[in-house]
Amino acid sequence: MKDTPLRDVHVRLGAKLVEFGGWCMPVQYGPILDEVTTVRNKAGLFDLSHMGRVNVKGPDTLRFLERICTNHVAKIPLGAIRYSLFCRADGNPIDDLLVYRGSDEVYLVVNASNTAVDLAWMREHAQGLQVTIEDLTDAQAMIALQGQLSTQVMQPLCEGIELSKLGYYKFGFGTFCGLRNTRISRTGYTGEQGFEVYVPAKEGVRCWNLLMDAGAPHGVKPIGLGARDTLRLEAGMPLYGHEIDATHNPIEAGLAFGVSFAPEKGDWIGRTPLEALAKAPSRQLVGIKTDGPRVPRQGYKLFQGAREIGYVVSGSVSPTLSTNIGTCYVPVGVGQPGESCELDVKGKRQAASFCALPFFSRTRK
Amino acid sequence: MRPNDRKYTESHEWVKNEGETMLIGITDFAVSELSNGNEGDLVYCDLPEAGRILEAGQTFGEIESVKAVADLNCPIAGEVLDINPTIEDHLEVLSKDPWNQGWLIRIKPALKSLDHLMSAEEYEKFISQPH
Repeated sequence: MKDTPLRDVHVRLGAKLVEFGGWCMPVQYGPILDEVTTVRNKAGLFDLSHMGRVNVKGPDTLRFLERICTNHVAKIPLGAIRYSLFCRADGNPIDDLLVYRGSDEVYLVVNASNTAVDLAWMREHAQGLQVTIEDLTDAQAMIALQGQLSTQVMQPLCEGIELSKLGYYKFGFGTFCGLRNTRISRTGYTGEQGFEVYVPAKEGVRCWNLLMDAGAPHGVKPIGLGARDTLRLEAGMPLYGHEIDATHNPIEAGLAFGVSFAPEKGDWIGRTPLEALAKAPSRQLVGIKTDGPRVPRQGYKLFQGAREIGYVVSGSVSPTLSTNIGTCYVPVGVGQPGESCELDVKGKRQAASFCALPFFSRTRK
Repeated sequence: MRPNDRKYTESHEWVKNEGETMLIGITDFAVSELSNGNEGDLVYCDLPEAGRILEAGQTFGEIESVKAVADLNCPIAGEVLDINPTIEDHLEVLSKDPWNQGWLIRIKPALKSLDHLMSAEEYEKFISQPH
C-alpha cells in the first residue's frame, strides 16, 4: 500500500485511514455527512495524490490519444479540459479520465485503482508512435479545494493567475504558494466550484498547510474520500467500478458527452460497438430516492411488484437532499421521474421512486 | 477492559445471561468500526420481530452506517422475546452505551451454555490482533 506525501498530515488531523486503489487514504476526519455539508456550504480540502497523472508528449501525441480516447482530443481548445474514457475494442471502459490539452503536451488524470492498467494500455498502443508517456503520479501531490469559498481562500496564495477568470474545465499556470509554473485547474468531483492543483510531492505538506491556514478562518475543513463519494454521487458524476466498468459502457451510463463519433476523429478503440449502442441502447442509468431509512447499495435489486427491473450501482445517504439516493440500471423506457419502485434489501422491500440525474446541481438549483 | 459479566463472538456481538433470558448486543468495537467513532454516521438498525426462532450463528438483523452494512448474528439458538424499542429512533445509544441501554434483542435460549464464546479477556486479545 502506498502513502501519499500528505500521510503524516492526515494522521495528525485524526483521519481514519483505509486502503483505496492501492493507496492508504483518509476516508474521513470527522462525521462523513458533516464533511459533505462543509463542502456544500463553505469549502473543503482534499488530498487526491492517489489519482494517476500522466503526461503525453511528442509529435504523435494527438494521433495516439485520438486512437485510445473516446473524446475528440484534437478539438479540445488549448487550456481546456474534457472528460473522456479509455475503452476496449468491445466498447467497455478500462477507465475514465480528464484530458488537459496543453500546447506541447497533453496531461491526463486517471483513477488510482486503474493507473497501472491505464499505463500498460497506453504503452501497448503507443508502440511505433513518436510519443513519450511519463507517469508523474509519485512526483506530484494533487490537492483540491472545493466549495463556494474556494476562490476567495485560494487566490491570496496565487500570483500571475486570476482564479475568478478561470472558466469551468479550464486550466492555467501560475505561482502558487511561491511555486512558479504550477498547474491549476477549475475542476472537481463534487458539483461545486473548485480547483485542483498539482505541486511537487515534497511541497505537498507545505501547500496543504498554507491552504488550511488560509481556509480555517472561513470554516474550510479537510474532507475524506467518504464524503467525496457522496458529493460526486449527488452531483451525478460516475465512478469507475460503479456506473462504468468492464460491463457498463459510457453510452448507457449517460456519458455520451465524453464520446465523439465525429468523422474527423477517425477510427478509435471501441468506436464501432459504441456507435451501434448509441443508436439502440437497451438499458439506462437512472436515479432513485428512497422513502425510508435503508440506503441503496451496489448490487441491490430493484422491483416493480414481482418484476425485477434493475439494480443499484451506487448509493449513499444524501445530506444535501435529506434522503437516501442511488444510481441504478434499468431497461430503456423504465424509470420516468416520479415512477415508483421497490428496493430489495436482503429480502425486505424499501419503497423508492425514480428521479432525474443529477440529484443536485448548483446551477440548476 | 470490557464487561466480564457476558460472553463475546468473533463477529463482535455480546451475550449476557440474565437467568431465564439472555440479552444480545454489539460491542463498542463493532460500533466504532462501523461509525469510525462518529455516532452520526450510523443510519439504521434492522431488528427481527418478537417470536422469531433463531439458530446459533443465524443473522437476525443488520446495522447500517453511511458507508457500510454489517450483519447482526445471534450467537446462540433461541426465540426472540423482545427487541429494544429505543434503537430505531435513537441509534446514538449504541455509541453512548452499547453494554446496557444499547442492547438489541432479548431471547429465550434453547440451551444455556455459553462455553463456546469468548470471555472479555479473550475478546480483547482477539480484537487486538490484525484480521
